[in-house]
Amino acid sequence: MFIAPRVADAKDWIKGETGDWEIILGLEVHAQVASKSKLFSGAATEYGAAPNTQVSLVDAGMPGMLPVVNEFCLEQAVKTGLGLNAQINLFSRFDRKNYFYVDLPQGYQISQFEFPIVGEGEIEITPIDANGKTGDPVIVGIERLHLEQDAGKSVHDLSPTETYVDLNRSGVCLMEIVSKPDMRSPDEASAYVERLRTIVRALGTCDGDMEKGNLRADVNVSVRRPGGELGTRCEIKNVNSMRFIRQAINYEARRQIDILEAGGEIDQETRLFDSDKGETRTMRSKEDAHDYRYFPDPDLLPIKLEQSFVDGIKANMPEMPGARKARFMAQYSLSEYDARLLSGDSETAAFYETLATGRDAKIAANWMLGDFFGALNKSEKDLSSSPVSADALGGLIDRISDDTISGKIAKDVFEKMFDGQGTADEIIDRDGLKQVTDMGAIEAMVDKVIVDNPDQAAKVKDNPKLIGFFVGQVMKASGGKANPGAVNQILRKKLE
Amino acid sequence: MSVSAKDVKKIARLSRLHVEDNQLEPLAGELNGILKWIEQLGEVDVEGVEPMTSAVDMDAPLRKDEITDGGVRDKILANAPKSDDGFFVVPRSVE
Repeated sequence: MFIAPRVADAKDWIKGETGDWEIILGLEVHAQVASKSKLFSGAATEYGAAPNTQVSLVDAGMPGMLPVVNEFCLEQAVKTGLGLNAQINLFSRFDRKNYFYVDLPQGYQISQFEFPIVGEGEIEITPIDANGKTGDPVIVGIERLHLEQDAGKSVHDLSPTETYVDLNRSGVCLMEIVSKPDMRSPDEASAYVERLRTIVRALGTCDGDMEKGNLRADVNVSVRRPGGELGTRCEIKNVNSMRFIRQAINYEARRQIDILEAGGEIDQETRLFDSDKGETRTMRSKEDAHDYRYFPDPDLLPIKLEQSFVDGIKANMPEMPGARKARFMAQYSLSEYDARLLSGDSETAAFYETLATGRDAKIAANWMLGDFFGALNKSEKDLSSSPVSADALGGLIDRISDDTISGKIAKDVFEKMFDGQGTADEIIDRDGLKQVTDMGAIEAMVDKVIVDNPDQAAKVKDNPKLIGFFVGQVMKASGGKANPGAVNQILRKKLE
Repeated sequence: MSVSAKDVKKIARLSRLHVEDNQLEPLAGELNGILKWIEQLGEVDVEGVEPMTSAVDMDAPLRKDEITDGGVRDKILANAPKSDDGFFVVPRSVE
């Protein structure tokens, strides 16, 4: 039986009529393996083909056909398992999961029940709330990863009285990744799926395309009093976007709390999320819950992997986000916090490394996490659609480093760059923003400010803090273009 | 282990088989006969014997990830009672 020792942060508790509640979440994510052919047949897997053109006699469940395992799929499962820091099981087995449905021609799904190819693991996630605020990292346990075949597709809107069935997807290889019930809020569930997506994409084992259904989640939701006894859970099937995951959890948790507070009981059932209405509803109740009658598939011999096969995959693993974080901290002297944000996905990491190379790594990190991400968020863009490239942003940082412009002016220049007005150099030239470093010119400005403020000038000797007032006045007089270091130096010489 | 008429009804429903009520008891009797026969295996002492998963001692054959099949829609649909526009057509499966 699962235990769920971690209690959610109080900020994630839900207020009910009778007190606070916390949500307990476990996810089953189906990730389609990026293979050219199916798990047990040589038919193609490409998305969008004409109906039933990518179906072999094996996929159609014809009598006498024998499934043969696609080696590439085993490799992807092992690779993903290693990416989840999980136990790789050298012995695994395929079982039949029996149920009847129109798009399941065999009458059973070949899956792994008792002996999955990957066992327990764990990943670290970083929840981000609706306001973009990053929370503390959370460790989410992985229960298992197993391989199974996908079913076909039923189409219900081509005829009012019939269902149309396309078996192109039948037999496509899926990795089902089952988490432990370690998440406590919609933010955490969403961060978990995002992290899984990042991992499979970094590994190339699944393209992570949620719109095509290549990565989809079943969400198990229950509620309990903070730290109390676990409640009965409901499973919400096939939630296929981050936004829907949050919506479905919020709706379902509230529904369960309302029932419990009215003195009712939660029925363990499978529910559907209706994205149009933003609600969940019963798909099947416990009474007609499936009885899958699993048994070992006699058509398939058990899978026995060699340790050398696993080691070979391990040796060729790309850098995982966790390892990258550690490297960023060491190589670029970043704080744990900055390193985590910058190493999370490979695109962000690559952007940062381009930016930091040959520049002050800390300034690069500050710019990227501050103004740059701020502007992206505000304009609802992401890295791939950013109007400012890593090289362009680097060009701006270079002008700060060589004292062409001050950090303050740089913020204005950045806004114009983001607005598509050109490179940093073009904008600096065009708008005449080059910092005044001519000591004579600065001295003249300083003199004028001192003459204009005789009372204050007289007090500086007694109150050195007043020098800040003069720095401000000179900067203002220069339109922000005077070099602040030089201004300070001259003022001190004149006034102290 | 034995099955009741109620179990037979449930198994039939899971398999989408129609069984007349007056057939449930006779079928339960037949199934129990089979179960009893299989249960004789319980008399064999298997202490310390690894479960056997196959009669042949060999590793699972594996395939390379290559497209070698499919593109046989006519064959796939040949036995379907009804098809249209390349799809199988079956009685409506949702309300």
